[in-house]
Amino acid sequence: MSETTAATAGVGPERSALAKKLEARLGQKLVALVEARGEITIEVLPENWLAAATLLRDDPDLRFEQAMDLCGVDYLSYGQAEWDTTDVSSEGFSRGVEGEGPGRFAWANRPRNVSIPRRFAVVVHLLSIRHNHRVRVRAHCADDDFPSMPSVVGIWPSVDWFEREAFDLYGILFDGHPDLRRILTDYGFVGHPFRKDFPLIGNVEVRYDPEKKRVVYEPVASVEPRVLVPRTIRDDSRYEQAAAERKAAEGAK
Amino acid sequence: MQEIRSYTMNFGPQHPAAHGVLRLVLEMEGETVLRVDPHIGLLHRATEKLAESKPFNQSIGYMDRLDYVSMMCNEHAYVRAIENLLGVEVPERAQWIRTMFDEITRILNHLMWIGSNGLDLGAMAVFLYAFREREELMDVYEAVSGARMHATYYRPGGVYRDLPEQMSRYSESRWHKGKDLERLNRWRGGSMLDFLDAFTEDFPRRIDEYEELLTTNRIWKQRTVDIGVVSPEDALAWGMSGPMLRGSGVEWDLRKKQPYAKYAEVDFDIPVGVNGDCYDRYLVRVEEMRQSNRIIKQCIAWLRANPGPVMVRNFKVAPPSRVEMKDDMEALIHHFKLFTEGYCVPAGETYAAVEAPKGEFGIYLVSDGANKPFRLKCRAPSFVHLSSMDSIIRGHMLPDVVAMIGTYDVVFGEVDR
Repeated sequence: MSETTAATAGVGPERSALAKKLEARLGQKLVALVEARGEITIEVLPENWLAAATLLRDDPDLRFEQAMDLCGVDYLSYGQAEWDTTDVSSEGFSRGVEGEGPGRFAWANRPRNVSIPRRFAVVVHLLSIRHNHRVRVRAHCADDDFPSMPSVVGIWPSVDWFEREAFDLYGILFDGHPDLRRILTDYGFVGHPFRKDFPLIGNVEVRYDPEKKRVVYEPVASVEPRVLVPRTIRDDSRYEQAAAERKAAEGAK
Repeated sequence: MQEIRSYTMNFGPQHPAAHGVLRLVLEMEGETVLRVDPHIGLLHRATEKLAESKPFNQSIGYMDRLDYVSMMCNEHAYVRAIENLLGVEVPERAQWIRTMFDEITRILNHLMWIGSNGLDLGAMAVFLYAFREREELMDVYEAVSGARMHATYYRPGGVYRDLPEQMSRYSESRWHKGKDLERLNRWRGGSMLDFLDAFTEDFPRRIDEYEELLTTNRIWKQRTVDIGVVSPEDALAWGMSGPMLRGSGVEWDLRKKQPYAKYAEVDFDIPVGVNGDCYDRYLVRVEEMRQSNRIIKQCIAWLRANPGPVMVRNFKVAPPSRVEMKDDMEALIHHFKLFTEGYCVPAGETYAAVEAPKGEFGIYLVSDGANKPFRLKCRAPSFVHLSSMDSIIRGHMLPDVVAMIGTYDVVFGEVDR
């Protein structure tokens, strides 16, 4: 790409200097290190989350003094398509509006007791202003029924609201957070709306009741769960051809 | 003397200085603020979850509505994230157009900011002047995209269409006639670039006008100098970016340090503050407008000299032209597939950040190989800045709370998302 960033400048078949430094400094704490498109993703265990964060901030060669972003991710239904595209199907438009795919269910019939290993993760994006580099750190929560992670507010005060947000939207509990309240959802909200088993249309709706003369909360009835475009994962010849063409164009340069 | 006990006060969510729907629960002792508890989320629309249920291209319009005064910068971060994962290379002309419109957006945002911040602090007139210029720039938005604000102009692979040859003109009506009509149409004889060129020639003079109203204004300085001082260490710890960080004297600008689009090829300076107070941040933003004006001029010069495609010729991502569709079956299929199913983005994750007018606007995108994002996270600068409110405002007076909200330049579209 012509949009070379400082981070992509060192991309090559072998690992960049930063990746080597991270490997050397984190040592046993490092579960995985992926370098793709000039971006480095490292993975640590939740028990090492705090130690790794402190090291990343304080090590003179790493010096990630800014936490730019922290968010939760729910890996439920990762890689699942709603429409099998490797075979012919007899269904038409209905596949787009029927079925219980992501977002196509109401609160009453939401999927329950679904569980995959390593379902919830916390991802933090770090930036070093001194060295001008970025890294993404991920840790999967140990317990999926009761996801929790040590809080890094003491290391980067900027994650205060981000952790509250991840708690609000994903229900991830941050141990040691001084003020873990809901932040974005309504006062008295039930559930964690960004989980994949939470309906897209929500669980309650509000309206003004002229008889009671106040705003009332009721289960959602005014909207139908409806998503028009099915989720598909294709690896057919069109995409292979496009990839080959791109490679040929790069080779010609 | 009678002893005053601390009490709690509600500020907003319906308050002209709350910039939308901010609700602050203030713990006061007399007129001194002891503690601030911002309550946000009144404008929460679950943009990120909605995006998970739609093909990639259909969410570009949501990005405009996050920070609704710096629309195209948000789009830029989103389309860059998709382009990163797709491995699509954007044509050069499209990158120059994006650079130009990012800077137009920056001026739009800072004009809005200077006007509303002035209004908050009792300087009524600036607002009227700032909105006069905003009108002209929004006409430029309209000329390329058809919409004055929510443009959806940037697309993965380029921009939606090339710059128009003819700038729209006012026609005579009951409200616009005679000399007034002449004044409105004086720059609109030629193309959009001619119009913009005339604007950039005139704009520095107008920034001087705002400065004349504010920079040495005694009341303005009383309200902003030494108010809300942020030390460089605090600014870094609180994750600040953009003018909030530069106002504290940290020289950091993604356009310089991690350049994207064509920022590596244009000439501009980064203004930084010294004291880290509201006044310094005001000076930084005013100077940024001058620098943006400089960048726009360079973009106009390049765009005039170099015609070319503005969209990548990859029909998996961008639609084929209408003419091609008339006699090419393949093109028709591509068009149909693109607008019904969208395109599949290879599995992976990326974080694309741009220097939005308010700070670093980032998009963290996780794809599992499907035609919809698996997870989309918008890193909004206002959200991060507002989270530092409590620690900075403690010990200030109540009117300083208003000055501080103004200097944060918060927009609730992106705080609540």
